[in-house]
Amino acid sequence: MTTADAALIQRPPPKGAKLDPVFKWICAVAATTLLASLTGIIITLLIGGWPAFATFGLGFFTSSHWNPVTDVYGAEGPIVGTLISAMLALFFSLPIAFGVAVFLVEFCPASLRRPIGVAVELLAGIPSIVYGIWGLFIFGPFFAQYVQLPLMTAAPAGSMWETLTQGVPNGTNILTASIILAMMILPYMAAVLRDLFNTVPVQLRESGYGMGSTTFEVITSITLPFVRRSAIGAVMLGLGRALGETMAVTFIIGNSHALPKSLFDSGSTIASTIANEFNEATGLHVAALIALGLILFLITFAVLAIARALLGAESPA
Amino acid sequence: MASFKRARRTAANGAFVVFSFVTTAIALAVLAVILWTLVAKGFGGLNLHVFTMSTPAAGSEGGLLNAIVGSAIMCSIAMVIAALVGILAGTWLAEYGRDHWYAETVRFVNDILLSAPSILVGLFVSQTLVVPFHGFSALAGSVALALVAVPVITRTTEDVLKLQPSALREAGVALGTPLWTTIREVLWKSAGTGMLTGGLLAFARISGETAPLLFTANGNQFFSLSLTKSMASLPVVIFNDGLSAYDDLVKLAWTGSLIVAAAVLGTNILARIVTRERKPK
Repeated sequence: MTTADAALIQRPPPKGAKLDPVFKWICAVAATTLLASLTGIIITLLIGGWPAFATFGLGFFTSSHWNPVTDVYGAEGPIVGTLISAMLALFFSLPIAFGVAVFLVEFCPASLRRPIGVAVELLAGIPSIVYGIWGLFIFGPFFAQYVQLPLMTAAPAGSMWETLTQGVPNGTNILTASIILAMMILPYMAAVLRDLFNTVPVQLRESGYGMGSTTFEVITSITLPFVRRSAIGAVMLGLGRALGETMAVTFIIGNSHALPKSLFDSGSTIASTIANEFNEATGLHVAALIALGLILFLITFAVLAIARALLGAESPA
Repeated sequence: MASFKRARRTAANGAFVVFSFVTTAIALAVLAVILWTLVAKGFGGLNLHVFTMSTPAAGSEGGLLNAIVGSAIMCSIAMVIAALVGILAGTWLAEYGRDHWYAETVRFVNDILLSAPSILVGLFVSQTLVVPFHGFSALAGSVALALVAVPVITRTTEDVLKLQPSALREAGVALGTPLWTTIREVLWKSAGTGMLTGGLLAFARISGETAPLLFTANGNQFFSLSLTKSMASLPVVIFNDGLSAYDDLVKLAWTGSLIVAAAVLGTNILARIVTRERKPK
């Protein structure tokens, strides 16, 4: 009895107990790596891009004159191109993403819900580069022949319509890039919206139906108000993706640095400009491209931060 | 009057139903068309040469061997780095950091990294690992890919660990087990499926990534296994050949696209099968 008590009192600490704080420390270091990476990205972009800001000042943002030969860089073209293409992409994909989400939540037979949901998510899995090559060789020519040409020939002279459809009907322009972008962000937004709609309490929706509401009325007056805040977050998330998409856009936007004059004009985005020129760039050109990267980072950072604030920490990002 | 109002409501709802069906049909049609073109354009180019020869100059015969091997090597190294960092970071967030302000900060940073444009990761790694060492390297490419994969793994690890019942942790404490032993032997094992899914999704994501590789590993016309030299990868070959003016290179790019898409979609589907099989238990 006494020996057993003694053994209890003198029980050695469990195996590996000493390593506990070490493990905690290693885990904390791994978590800090994430913070260090983001800080590293910001610092690198600041240092690398500084010469461009120092040389051109505000002119870097307001001039659309981008010329590696004379070493003069004004980034208005790519910045405006990025914003326009992302906005247009959002404009095209939002209604479709909304429709898909409503379909999956309200109308889809239970047996098809998972397959269709997975199919939409697979659309998100297709790599950017595949969208690019598909856009360049399949969608672009199709669009040029069946949409661009008819629209251009039908445009009355001197009208707003004519201004918007100026350009070369070759399928590589701002509008086709936006449509491809829309296809790429559609599944993200559809999936997030679907998950959001599913968070609406069933009682709430059913009481709507119990009052004799149609599905349309339940969606517009119960579901949407319930998820309003998060839904805006989901949209911002899609916008964030569209702003930073690189490869697909590089293939089909036409890559001209001038300010786009119409929907069918070729343009460029920040990401496509960097992808096209960075490896061949030297000196100030490198700084200008990195400065572009910094601008892109700041834009997406703001959009993603707003999205996250609206969605709350628990939602999918 | 009442019946008119009712008819209007029914009509509005009908239009809404049609809208919802049509939009879903559009989304599915896009997927179908893309997959169909990939097979139609890429399948014809699939032959033994693709897997036994390296990328050709325009006009000569060649395959994608160097690109396939390069992608495999860089993705593997990236996954090893990302799994190590991501699992530990996710564990810290779920088990140690929890509601601490620093954990909240790291979570926010992780979300930003998760959605940040991958081309910026490429710029960052190029400035820190390519420029100082005067040349593209497969290692830099791997690090860039790892940076894209880490947030995905961190996120899923944290999420699945949080789903584990706290009774598991309490049981460990009751037995006098050190927390880190409980984490390794109990929590990681019971959360294993979820963590595997996260890993597969991260792998699917990086195997199609082009932008982080352009300025880091770049491309290599020849077969190379050296980690300190530039290395070919499927997405970069697709980018370069797809934009070239030669039909045979474009054809090769389509075949490469088919291979990449098959790998990515296959991994995505595998990830879903893995999650589903364990769920009923």
